[in-house]
Amino acid sequence: MKNKKQNKNALNPTDPFCGFASLRWWLLAVAVVWVLNSILPDLMGPYYFQILILAGINVILAVSLNLVNGFTGQFSMGHAGFMSVGGYISAYITTQLIVSHPEIMNDAILGSAVFVGSLLLGGLGATCTGYLVGLPSLRLRGDYLAIVTLGFGEIIRVVFLNMDAVGGARGLSGIMQFSSFGWVFTLAIFTVFTVWRVVHSAQGRVLLSIREDEIAATAMGVNTTQGKVRAFAMGAFFAGVAGGLFAHYLTIMSPGTFDFNRSFEIIIMVVLGGMGSISGSVVAAVLLTSLKEALRPLQQLTGVDLRMVIYSLVLITMMLARPSGIFGTREIGDIYRDWRAGKAPKDAKKLKASTPSKGGAA
Amino acid sequence: MTPVKNEPVLSIKDVSVFYGIIQGLHNVSFDVQKGEIVTLVGANGAGKSTTLRAISGLVKPKTGQINFKGENIVGVPAHDIVRKGLCQAPEGRGIFLNLSVAENMDLGAWAAPDKGAYQANMDKGFQLFPRLKERRKQLAGTLSGGEQQMLAIARALMSQPEVLLLDEPSLGLAPQIIEKIFEIITDINKSGVTILLVEQNALQALQIAHYGIVFETGMIKTHGKASELLRSDEIRKAYLGD
Repeated sequence: MKNKKQNKNALNPTDPFCGFASLRWWLLAVAVVWVLNSILPDLMGPYYFQILILAGINVILAVSLNLVNGFTGQFSMGHAGFMSVGGYISAYITTQLIVSHPEIMNDAILGSAVFVGSLLLGGLGATCTGYLVGLPSLRLRGDYLAIVTLGFGEIIRVVFLNMDAVGGARGLSGIMQFSSFGWVFTLAIFTVFTVWRVVHSAQGRVLLSIREDEIAATAMGVNTTQGKVRAFAMGAFFAGVAGGLFAHYLTIMSPGTFDFNRSFEIIIMVVLGGMGSISGSVVAAVLLTSLKEALRPLQQLTGVDLRMVIYSLVLITMMLARPSGIFGTREIGDIYRDWRAGKAPKDAKKLKASTPSKGGAA
Repeated sequence: MTPVKNEPVLSIKDVSVFYGIIQGLHNVSFDVQKGEIVTLVGANGAGKSTTLRAISGLVKPKTGQINFKGENIVGVPAHDIVRKGLCQAPEGRGIFLNLSVAENMDLGAWAAPDKGAYQANMDKGFQLFPRLKERRKQLAGTLSGGEQQMLAIARALMSQPEVLLLDEPSLGLAPQIIEKIFEIITDINKSGVTILLVEQNALQALQIAHYGIVFETGMIKTHGKASELLRSDEIRKAYLGD
């Protein structure tokens, strides 16, 4: 009952707060990002700035994984794999282009265009990979899908480890640092916007129906395999873009960065934020990225590596306190509306009163 | 098996279904005439639901043919069968508990051939089940069992089926509610939808059906006009609890 009450306003297309999803506000947000882009680096200092950038990249990863794990209900554990595909492709493109045409670097606009183009190609590469992996494996369910995607992530890592063209175990270095605050957060906003719109569309309702009951969805004429593969490929696209941003921020790609720990980190963000809540993924991504860094002074202070111990303790505590994640399946808009109208408790009463009425025996 | 009056809308010929090595259906054949209510009755595990699942494409028969409007639909994916006009309200209702009533109905319209009729279908569904209209914004999981069954039927009707497959619509419902559901099934049939009804509640099913097929251990035991089956002593003794 408690769970159902939480879900009450999960998705309602007639919801006035869907105005939140109107393009105007998102464009405004992008404009704000670019204004901040010129101020923030000096204001924050390099250390905090780096955390902010990584948080932005993690937002992209968490939100895109939520589309697969949360909204479609398919447990994928290979997100780091897609991230590395996108990262390597886009990093390879820019490094090769700059070697052959060094003049690109003299023109800021041309440089940006090359960068964004490489991100797109990286994303598309990840999409193709996602499609290839998804088509056969999405016929599996639950644990089996998790194992297959986990295996895929490892395969990708080993492939890059043994690929001389991208540096093998040495990694790919000499990547230009194209990823600015502006680009990272523009793409993060783009990701949130796109996923939001998809989830609130008819196609999104199809994804939800797959999560809820696959057989019933099929009986409604939903092609469940197609729906799953689409969600999977779309999630992979954004993971690939995030990989590209990551590569062009750290300026070095090494296969070890993308092991299954990385995948788990993203899964933890999705689960902690709430499977099926975009706002939850955003909040959890920012929170966990900062938490890991915030605990660093503690390690210096005590001289013991307490960081991961406390990090895990925090996770365990939060999952015990809120098993459905910080937001459950609700969005920040639902919470805001309930808070403003103060009607959440009234609704709960109404539901309780109406449920057992007529046909209570049924 | 039924005397051929005219071309049946749905015709099942020698269908056998296996679950692993266990045979669930043995060469089942029957016809469904357009505009009728045909009911499959029988005990647990007699193969009624398996027959329905074979028709709707959820399980693939090993042998035999299922002809819908003259076209063999064996091997057609389940989600495409819905588009042909053959929709199932699955057993256990299969509604989406965490979505609202209206969203459930929307999903029912996913495979509708005529998207323009969406609003009309929605209105028709709410006319049949006024309670659903009252609760259109409520989560389906908060509905009572009877209301959930109504939603399952209303949702299936959103795809404008020619043939509606109903799997145990009375399952777990109070007698009063069952009566109401059966009344509505009759109404739906009168509006021109052919209905294939799987029921354990044989007495009530045969009362509203035109034709009855009695299943036993994966085979058709007997079949005939519903009214005749209801009069047959043998049937009354074995299935109707007299």
